[in-house]
Order: sequence, then structure tokens, then C-alpha cells
Amino acid sequence: MKINSKALKFGDNINTDIIIPGKYLTITDEKEMGKHAMDGIDPKFAEKSRGGTVLVVGENFGSGSSREQAPIALKNADVKCVVAKSFARIFYRNAINIGLPVLECSDLWADVQDGDLLSVTLEEGTIKNSRSGKVFKAQPLPPFILEIIQSGGLLNQLKQKQTTKKNK
Amino acid sequence: MNVIEKILSRASGEKEVVPGQIVDAKIDHAMINEITGYLVARYFHEAGAKKVWDPKKVTVVLDHTIPAPTAEAAEVHRIVRGFARDLNLPGFYDVGRGGVCHQVMVEKGNVKPGDVIVGADSHTVTYGGLGAFSTGIGSTEMTSVFITGKLWFKVPKIIRIDVNGKFGQYVGAKDLFLRVAREIGFSGATYMGLEFKGPTVKKLSVSSRLTLCNMTIEVGGKAGIVEPDEKTIEYVKSKTSEPFTPLYSDPDAEYARTLQVDVTGMPSQVACPNAVDNVKPVSELSGVELDQVYIGSCTNGRIEDLKIAADIIRGKKVNPRTRLVVVPASQEVFIDAMNEGLIQTFAEAGAAIATASCGACYGGHLGVLAAGETCLSTTNRNFIGRMGDPKAKVYLGSPAVAAASALTGRITDPETLR
Repeated sequence: MKINSKALKFGDNINTDIIIPGKYLTITDEKEMGKHAMDGIDPKFAEKSRGGTVLVVGENFGSGSSREQAPIALKNADVKCVVAKSFARIFYRNAINIGLPVLECSDLWADVQDGDLLSVTLEEGTIKNSRSGKVFKAQPLPPFILEIIQSGGLLNQLKQKQTTKKNK
Repeated sequence: MNVIEKILSRASGEKEVVPGQIVDAKIDHAMINEITGYLVARYFHEAGAKKVWDPKKVTVVLDHTIPAPTAEAAEVHRIVRGFARDLNLPGFYDVGRGGVCHQVMVEKGNVKPGDVIVGADSHTVTYGGLGAFSTGIGSTEMTSVFITGKLWFKVPKIIRIDVNGKFGQYVGAKDLFLRVAREIGFSGATYMGLEFKGPTVKKLSVSSRLTLCNMTIEVGGKAGIVEPDEKTIEYVKSKTSEPFTPLYSDPDAEYARTLQVDVTGMPSQVACPNAVDNVKPVSELSGVELDQVYIGSCTNGRIEDLKIAADIIRGKKVNPRTRLVVVPASQEVFIDAMNEGLIQTFAEAGAAIATASCGACYGGHLGVLAAGETCLSTTNRNFIGRMGDPKAKVYLGSPAVAAASALTGRITDPETLR
């Protein structure tokens, strides 16, 4: 699975209240929620992210709340992949479960500037920065997690499996 | 094995487990609130599921947005209420019936020592205060738990926190945790658990132990736990007649690391904006002027907390330069506070008292902050924008510090008001 998108970069400890502030949690339309992604740090994020983004962030991304709305908002703001130095635990599982690719890579961050074109190959866990020409290696996602992401999340995978069963 | 390893091994039918091992554990209880629950309701229907694995083991609480402040929130309530009714769930707590989900969970006897509990809310770690392994999960995984009653976990490494010494009169569990947070750092326990041990922890009330474990997520922790003892067992037996077998750490249990804390002579601690580990002794902050003081939440909204605050406030007035908002953690706490005259004490002092809910803790309603405002809060997070505008500042402290600060309009050490 390949992702080619521009980079948007943020620092350490971007928590769930920054990714989707509490006041937006009663929005039930996912597209609408996407408009408020990263509102706590950059109210223009959704606009900048349009057309596809690889979010490059520092340590402890997604700390705080268990709100699945955090990865949902990012996904609906056209974020195709999040590459962090490290993730908070609940966010990491939530992102995979809703089909948002997440990679851990400590070296990429320093090399990236906003707007750099990044090519991510999930199977290999590689990230290439076209501007610097450098290639970075993240821990690749194991096949069963890739499968969840390719299905568009755990629930979609479950539905697809049920459909396949019924059709047999 | 330590107590968390023992709980996970029993729940997964494994003789022994080690950190890093992945286990498929049976869930003893699962909880959702309306914010995470409306997604569970949606996913549950999308998955074509018809019933919950065990309706008695599921609790649904409306708590973040009650009573509904907007039509949007009311719609979320309608979805979740309908979900609970369609599935005939006995453990549904509507507006005015419950309060903050974690307080409701312990009050209704849904938490027992040795249990494995998941909640779609990060502060589910609270139940470690009763000797359970409990952790927060997202809505997709919760949907799967609702259907199957099981979930996989990676057995966490545990940091052991040994606490010795005697607390000062106005110092307690919240100060202890903030002191620990300063040491560990806000992501220092990511993927790990915290076990609080030692004579000082044994002396803590059940309420204080809940406060301690509630905050473990703020250092990234997967779970916090205090081994059960007579106090735990007495409390749980007063709430439920369900049988349970508590589990304890072996004397030779292994820990990733041990941290020693002596609380003797420790002053009240305050976490400064915008991180829980940005902790200072209260005396260093005594000039900070406050626009609001907030007492409540799953961290410090129990009757013990309200009593501590009311004892400091009784017969006095909230300083004109600030405002005090008091939100009991549950309807039960509200009733107890009324019976004990605490509500009257707060009201006569000039506090605004709201119905039990998560209120302004997460920036929802009932006391959110404007740009440039400063609040001292007994809650658990002081992230940018957490309680309202991103340009508002939140300091975290104990109910005693909150009460003293409400009287002076500045961050105040309660010791100085004696």
C-alpha cells in the first residue's frame, strides 16, 4: 500500500483535545468532524490538509482521551498516514481500528518541512522524502494490521468477511 | 507475578503470563458513555449484531453532556438511549439517574477486585483503586467486546510506586499523584501499569485510591492498581452481592522499576499549564490570580473531596475576583452532599452548583473558560484548550487547594488559611 502526499508537521504531545476538542464531540457526521481536526493547534488544518496529507509528528501523539473521534477526524480531514516518533496507546489502537495507517519512526521528523512530498510504503515501513532524497525506515506494520487498514478498519473487515461467508 | 499479571492470567486461562505476552481475556464488565457510545451504537448496528454478550455486564451512562446543552447533544442522547432500550440493558443511567460514568460504575457495584474491566473512556483506569485491572479502549474495540465479551491485551510492564510517610492535614492522593507525575513524566508510563504500594497507600481511603488510579492515564499508563484489602472488600460488599476472589501480588513479583516516595512534609502540589508533569509546590504559585475554581470530576468529585472543600469554605465567601463551580461526581454524591449540608455551604459561599456530570472538565459546558482566563481545577487534564478556549490556562490541584484558592482568588496553600 503506497501513499504519496504532502507533509504537515507538528511537535510533541499533540493530545486528543488538540486533535478534536471536546466541544465537537457531539458532531455525529464524520465529514463535518473532519473540518475541525487539529482545531486546538491550527484552525486552518482541514483546509491545508485537503488533497491528502502525511502527518509528521513528535513524541506521544494522541495522548489523553479514548475518543475514537480523534483518528476519525484526521481521516476525514484527508490525513492518509500519521508518522510519529511515538504514539499514546489508546490512539494507536483506535487509528488502526478505523483504518488510519500509523507508523513509528524517530528520524523522519527532523528531516521534514511542511509541504515536502513524502512516499510511504506501508508493507516495508519506508518513507521517502522527495525534497531531501532521504529514505527513512519505520517498523513495518505486521500483515494482520495491514489487512485491517486495507479493509478500511476493523468493522469494515468484519463486514467484508461476513459478506464473503454469505456468498460461499 | 504481580497483581495485574495475575488478573490477566486468570481472565485468559493462562497459568502464567509475562510482560509483552498477548492474551485474550474475558471481560467482566464493559462501560460506555454517550460520547463514545453513539459510535458503538452505530458500529453495533453496522456489524449486524442483535444482542450483547451479557446484558448484565454492560453499563451505559450519559455523563459528558447532561442535561443536553445543545440539540446536537440531545440527538446523541437519543441515539444512545434508544440503543440501551432496544437491547434491554438494565445498566442504563439517564440524565439525573447516574452521573460521571466512573463514579457510577463503582457505586453500582460493577467493579470487583480481580475483575477485568474495559470502558470507552480513558479514565476507566480509576477502578484499579478497587483492585481491578481496568483500561480505556475506543469505540470499535468496544463494539467487539459488546458482541464477544472478550478482548486481547498485551501484558504491561509495571512500575511499582512505594509510598511511605504521613500526609499533612491538607495533603492527599491528588498531591501524591502529581508528585509521581513530576517524576515519571506525562508519557513515562506509556504501555505500562502503575502499582501503588506501601503503608501510606494502605492508609488511604477507597475514594483516595480511586483518585490515585484515575490519574494513571495522565502519565500514559494502561492501568493503575492498588492491591485490595479489608477496606476494598468492605466497600465492594456494600455495593454488590456478587461473589469475587481478590488477587494480590506475590512477594517476589517483578517490576520494571520501583519508585520510592516519602510524603512526610510534602506540601500540596499543583500541575501548571499545559502538562500534568509541570508540577510545583503550591507555595511557588501563590500569586497566580484565578478567574475560576472548579471542584468536581471522576478525579475529585466524590463526597470525601466535597467534605474537604466544604470544611475550608464553611461560613466564608468566594472571593469577588473569582467564581467557584462545584459539580458532584454522581447523583448519589449530590444527595449525600445535600444530607451533610455541603451543598448549602457551597451555595451560601457563592458557588455555582451543577448537576452531576463531566461538566467543564473536558470543555463541554457548565463552566468553560474564555481566552486569557485562568482556572484552578480538581480535574485531571490541563492540556491546551481542555476546559475551553486554547488561550485559557488550567492549573490542577487538590480539593483543599481549590477551596482555599476560591476564598482568596489566588492559588493558595490551605495551610496558610489556618
